[in-house]
Amino acid sequence: MAERKSFEERRQHLAKMTDEELFQYFWELTDKVVEPMVQEGRENTTPAVERSVLLRMGFSSLEAAPIVNGVMERGLMGKGCGNIIWRLSKKLDMPYREVGVGLANGKYWDEVPGLFAEVAQ
Amino acid sequence: MSNEKGKVVPARETNIKLDPDKKIDLREILDGLENYHSPRRPWHWRDNRNVERKIGDFVYLETSESLKNSVPLPGSRGFGHIDPQPDCVITTEIASGRFEDDIRRMRMAAWQGADHIMVIRTAGQSHIDSLLEGTTQGIGGIAVTRKQCRATRRALDLIEDEVGRPINYHSYVSGVAGPDIAVMFVEEGVSGVHQDPQYNVLYRNINMRRSFIDACESKRVLAYGGMVQIDGAHNANATAMEAWKVMPELMVQHAINTRFSEKCGILAENIALSSVPPTAPPAPCMRLDLPYAVALRDFFRDYKIRAQQNTKYMESETREATVTHTLNMMISRLTSADIQSTITPDEGRNVPWHYFNVNAVNTARQALNGMDGLRTMVDINRDGPLGENVRELKERAILFMEEILEVGGYYDAVEKGFFVDSAEYPERNNDGIARELDGGIGVGAVYKRDEDYFSPVSAHFGYNNVPAEFDKPEDAIGGDTFSDPSKIQFIDELDEGDNVNVRLDELSKYDEHPNLIRPEVEFRSDGVVVLTLLLPTDERRAEYAAIALGEKLGLKECTVIHKQVMHPAEGTYIEMKGIVDFDIDLDTLVIPEKIETLSEKEVRADIQAKPMTIVAGTVGEDEHSVGLKEIIDIKHGGIEGFGIRYHYLGTSVPIEKLVDAAIETNADAILSSTIISHNDIHYQNMKKLHDTCVEKGIRDEIILVGGGTQVTNEDAVKAGVDAGFGRGSHGIDVASFLVKKRREMENEG
Repeated sequence: MAERKSFEERRQHLAKMTDEELFQYFWELTDKVVEPMVQEGRENTTPAVERSVLLRMGFSSLEAAPIVNGVMERGLMGKGCGNIIWRLSKKLDMPYREVGVGLANGKYWDEVPGLFAEVAQ
Repeated sequence: MSNEKGKVVPARETNIKLDPDKKIDLREILDGLENYHSPRRPWHWRDNRNVERKIGDFVYLETSESLKNSVPLPGSRGFGHIDPQPDCVITTEIASGRFEDDIRRMRMAAWQGADHIMVIRTAGQSHIDSLLEGTTQGIGGIAVTRKQCRATRRALDLIEDEVGRPINYHSYVSGVAGPDIAVMFVEEGVSGVHQDPQYNVLYRNINMRRSFIDACESKRVLAYGGMVQIDGAHNANATAMEAWKVMPELMVQHAINTRFSEKCGILAENIALSSVPPTAPPAPCMRLDLPYAVALRDFFRDYKIRAQQNTKYMESETREATVTHTLNMMISRLTSADIQSTITPDEGRNVPWHYFNVNAVNTARQALNGMDGLRTMVDINRDGPLGENVRELKERAILFMEEILEVGGYYDAVEKGFFVDSAEYPERNNDGIARELDGGIGVGAVYKRDEDYFSPVSAHFGYNNVPAEFDKPEDAIGGDTFSDPSKIQFIDELDEGDNVNVRLDELSKYDEHPNLIRPEVEFRSDGVVVLTLLLPTDERRAEYAAIALGEKLGLKECTVIHKQVMHPAEGTYIEMKGIVDFDIDLDTLVIPEKIETLSEKEVRADIQAKPMTIVAGTVGEDEHSVGLKEIIDIKHGGIEGFGIRYHYLGTSVPIEKLVDAAIETNADAILSSTIISHNDIHYQNMKKLHDTCVEKGIRDEIILVGGGTQVTNEDAVKAGVDAGFGRGSHGIDVASFLVKKRREMENEG
């Protein structure tokens, strides 16, 4: 392994900076470090994110977990679990809470792929 | 984002009210809990800070509004019982394992000045891929669940009314159910959280991508709730072998979470750095820690500082931990602190006990009061080693950040073990914590959102294809739980054998018979007591001797919790805990009536308006003088200090001589003391004093007071004098009695 450069060698480009310049530079670097993770957060979802959506929709933790698992098994996480319940409630013309509780209990799953045109094909 | 900082009306209980003279009724708190709702509770900073405030005889520069109800510091007795509340929020961390016992402790802590109450989660909760439900007992903390949160918040709603200041309730958003927990916290009125995806990655081995994506959603929800977020960088300090070398990295970790949080929507004013002075004595910690504190506050000037105590070097000695805490608070006062954390000084030996929470809060209150306004007189001198160190730390942190980008970014840096390396950056010892991007808990559970991805809820982070017919995503479902709490599903209990009702029933004896009490430190009536011993032998034998002693006293499960050599052969200091297995019945106690004393000010004013003279002496054949001198001498807080003139006749004074001296000096009172008590000689002397005064015709004009270690007021009065003062009496007690008695005699006369 190559010898690591010392602090003295590394700091040369910082030596002339004022304290305020150091401050600005530190936060510019920080922005660059964190931006890719923020972008990932914008574009992706996870079981925990989806469960938290279902909680906000008024499902219990015990109901949210099997719904999210069912959606994962069917490869539909990219649609959003709340979206599936919302669309299904429109299709079945039933209150969305009743639909979600049904999904948590294994009902209505056959209807789910048909909710999305490209999935149904 | 319009309701990001909406007006919040705190919940106010209508059915229950706390009475300072009564214990909180936990069954009342649990009753109807399924329908109780404490609305969104944004963080509360203390009111009216940064104004000069006159409290008692002093002007304070760093205080906030005083409390309606509190227990002032012990030392306040000499200052008119003032209780200045420092400007910063004061934290206490509570973690008994039973939330119902936590609640009682929270009430104690609030009365001592804590307004940020943090509950520690039970071991292993961060690995549960869901919310936990019910009220199971935890280990080293509680299971943080909806029922636990709601019951605790309900109790805190009452407690904050009792003390007269809002209380911030706080817990943790970490693990693989972070967003779930964040939502539940907004729903249940939590005001502050720890949230830092780096913590999950480094210390919980949760997959990096999963951790950061989850954190985006969590933080967005926390932002909606107006909560204060504390990061997890202090863990690097606690983990690193030589904590004083990780300072550049600490700044990097703080920055990553801080800026990441802002991009997720949290306001800068609600982002707090969990900052720990990295070292502790016997290291020259102030010279090491102060430059770090200054550098941190320079770089993070737009954010809040939560000043945490150093726990890395904490051992079992509570005194040592307290001194470290105090030094840490000197840094808080010399620089700044928005939230002053407190670590219970017993954390190095056991799960914190009730009174150590109180002790830690009081250490903060005492130190912060004592250093009030210090910065108006003492400046940080940057022209010297401190300035150089500050500059160097900043540069090292920048170089660390540069190298993260050079190797490809944060994930690559973690894979290469950049973090928690024990060397001072840019040196490397290659002992950091490395994690694989394709490894860890929850790996693979990341899904790309499709173009038609939709989540019909508020406070959702990132891409959301909301159908055009809706203004807001939650309109699709007629509003979510954040706008309509009646939609929240409340799960009561899932475990029939392990829940709060079972635990309360097991101890129902103490509800049914409130006259029965047993000591406790952690759980209700756990029976734990501590013996403090100096054993004149070496450390090893002292430990076993202490246990033998405890067993002989009838204590169960004797354990030495602290031992300290005074000298290798001369002696060892021991603190030992044991359990008592019996109750004390308060109804069987004979408790003398408490006599209310006048304030020192009132006594002084009375004596100034009308002087008072007394004669005093130890009567009979008794050479003891210490007790009486403590009562009369100004040096010991005696009656002389209130302006009362005295003639002290010494020891073994014949009673006649005492009475004659009183007549000669036209005294208002005679104070006679007897320590010797065999054959009731002390009461016989009092009777004789009374009789002599009657004989000489002055009994109606003179106040007679009897004193001594074995004296009780009741028996003294029976013996013919006006009052008796026993062990533990002070000058103010006697002076107050003399003034009150004189007033009484004047009114009669």
